[in-house]
Amino acid sequence: MPLLKEYEPFTGPQTIEELYLLAEKTRPRVIQNINSTAVGGGVAEILSRMLPLMQELGVNAKWDVIKGGEKFFKVTKKFHNALHGKSEEITQEDFTVFDEASEMNRKSMELSGDIIFIHDPQPIALVLQKNSLKAKWLWRCHIDVSNPDPKVWNFLRPFIDLYDAAVFSAQAFSPELPIRQFLITPSIDPLSDKNKELSLVTIESVLKKFNLDLEKPIVTQVSRFDYLKDPLGVIEAFEMVQRHTDCQLVLVGGTATDDPESTEVLAKTLDRASGNPDIHVLAIPSGSDIEINALQRASSVVVQKSIKEGFGLTVAEALWKGRPVVASAVGGITLQVVHKYSGLLCHSIEGTAHSIKQLLQNPEYAKKLGENGREHVRQNFLLTRHLKEYLLLFLSLFHKGEIIYL
Amino acid sequence: MTTDEAPKTSQPFQFYSRLHLRELTGVKAKNLKELVSFLKVVPDAVIYHHTHHFLQQHQSLSPEPTNDFSHWVTFALNEVELGEKLASINAIEFPSIQELRAKIVSTIENFLEKTKRELREANEGQELYFLKSISFIFPTPYQVTSLEEFVAALEKVTTDSIYFHMFEARLYRGKGTNDFSIWCQQALGETELAKQISRLDSYTYTLEGLRGKIIALGRARLKKTA
Repeated sequence: MPLLKEYEPFTGPQTIEELYLLAEKTRPRVIQNINSTAVGGGVAEILSRMLPLMQELGVNAKWDVIKGGEKFFKVTKKFHNALHGKSEEITQEDFTVFDEASEMNRKSMELSGDIIFIHDPQPIALVLQKNSLKAKWLWRCHIDVSNPDPKVWNFLRPFIDLYDAAVFSAQAFSPELPIRQFLITPSIDPLSDKNKELSLVTIESVLKKFNLDLEKPIVTQVSRFDYLKDPLGVIEAFEMVQRHTDCQLVLVGGTATDDPESTEVLAKTLDRASGNPDIHVLAIPSGSDIEINALQRASSVVVQKSIKEGFGLTVAEALWKGRPVVASAVGGITLQVVHKYSGLLCHSIEGTAHSIKQLLQNPEYAKKLGENGREHVRQNFLLTRHLKEYLLLFLSLFHKGEIIYL
Repeated sequence: MTTDEAPKTSQPFQFYSRLHLRELTGVKAKNLKELVSFLKVVPDAVIYHHTHHFLQQHQSLSPEPTNDFSHWVTFALNEVELGEKLASINAIEFPSIQELRAKIVSTIENFLEKTKRELREANEGQELYFLKSISFIFPTPYQVTSLEEFVAALEKVTTDSIYFHMFEARLYRGKGTNDFSIWCQQALGETELAKQISRLDSYTYTLEGLRGKIIALGRARLKKTA
């Protein structure tokens, strides 16, 4: 794992000094992170990169994982989908399974932190132990709960209301709650394989591997094959662009063999793309981070035409590489792309096509947007900012008011 | 103090810095009527956040985005004329958040009175979500007792520190002007330099640009003493 000093070229030395200062104020407290899995998924990825940095700062941060059988995780997966607004059949038995697993974890888990930092809904009911402990309780919601299924939301609400504060990734996800709520956006790690600098040789070797034309401008969307990412809409927009500009489209995403919907969307995308040699649909194994990095870096325009989006970190990844971005004005994307400053926002297929054309035909303008975008990410969406806000969050639990003197 | 003496003082200037955390209020507006009714009742910290956070969040962008209310009215409601009027409200002209709030409210109310057509609604997910800033203030290692040291420290402190002393001091902590001008005037007796700094149209600079401008003013004053 990288050391904090390795982030200094991106943040400047003062940011690292500030982290040490905040850590010193946080240091007497023990931070106990709890989630449902040690590997796989965004939460585990963030924690695995964040915790070593907290520990390097001298913060006593630890990470525990709740236990749950197959039945429990089936139920929490349904909860997850329902909170995202997807229709799910949830029975009384599902709630009972959830309650029983939560009870078992309350009995078996040692809750020893001064701040108990619960991630996502799976461990949410541990908060019922609150009265027997002196700890402060935080609930970190990583999902888009702007239109949740009321049945699941109403089930979870009594737990949420017991916390000292909740944290959401975008303001649009914030419901009215009787507890304090903070906005902390996710982040990318500039030193990870997905975002680190690559040599031209590596980039070209990836382009050759996927039979891409090195001379032709590339338009890319990176996303899993999902209706909500609208790959068919991207193809339609690309074909409008192609009428006037010679370019190639790359739709690249990880494959998920356990997701029948993804297989269906991939098949439809391949079918729609067939017959157009300039459209490359690349279903690659998850974890192909260097390949994704290279494709983003080689792109003239990166598109994210999502219909719904949690946060859309692929946008931050592209902006970090100085790429001009065309993206839908949905969810957390609007925090990353300020229209005409750090990219172009759109609301339709036609608008997407128009914006892609604008950027392909005006490389100077595209370059300026890309530069602004990289700077915007440097200041707002790197792991170090995320770490700083977590430390501020911990401190906020022990101070009142809107101006806090440390 | 005469012009041929390098300004010094026994009252040191301590540079502070400020970090912030965004707190969600759970309140959102989807049209102008809702916006104006919430604007009248939300805490000062909310008005402060939405009229200032862009200074720190988009500090490298040129030209800079305007305050959130103007941006939202223009892009979410497509009320371009009102958006322009809100963008042109120059926060530097208002001595307090209350007066800045009153100006924003009256600008929207004037528009509502004149507008006969049906009001536009923001699309789902495009509503204006009210946030506030929680400020965490702490001393930096930089403490100075002369104009020369002041200029040298200005080159080293973070833009967060410059933001804190130039913006937060004046409007949020109710000092009426910025910390640099107060110290130059009271500790160094540098009335002209104090005036020059407080006269800067600070909202139209990036923070780096503002840093450069204050350093240039300080250096020009030092040159006269050389």
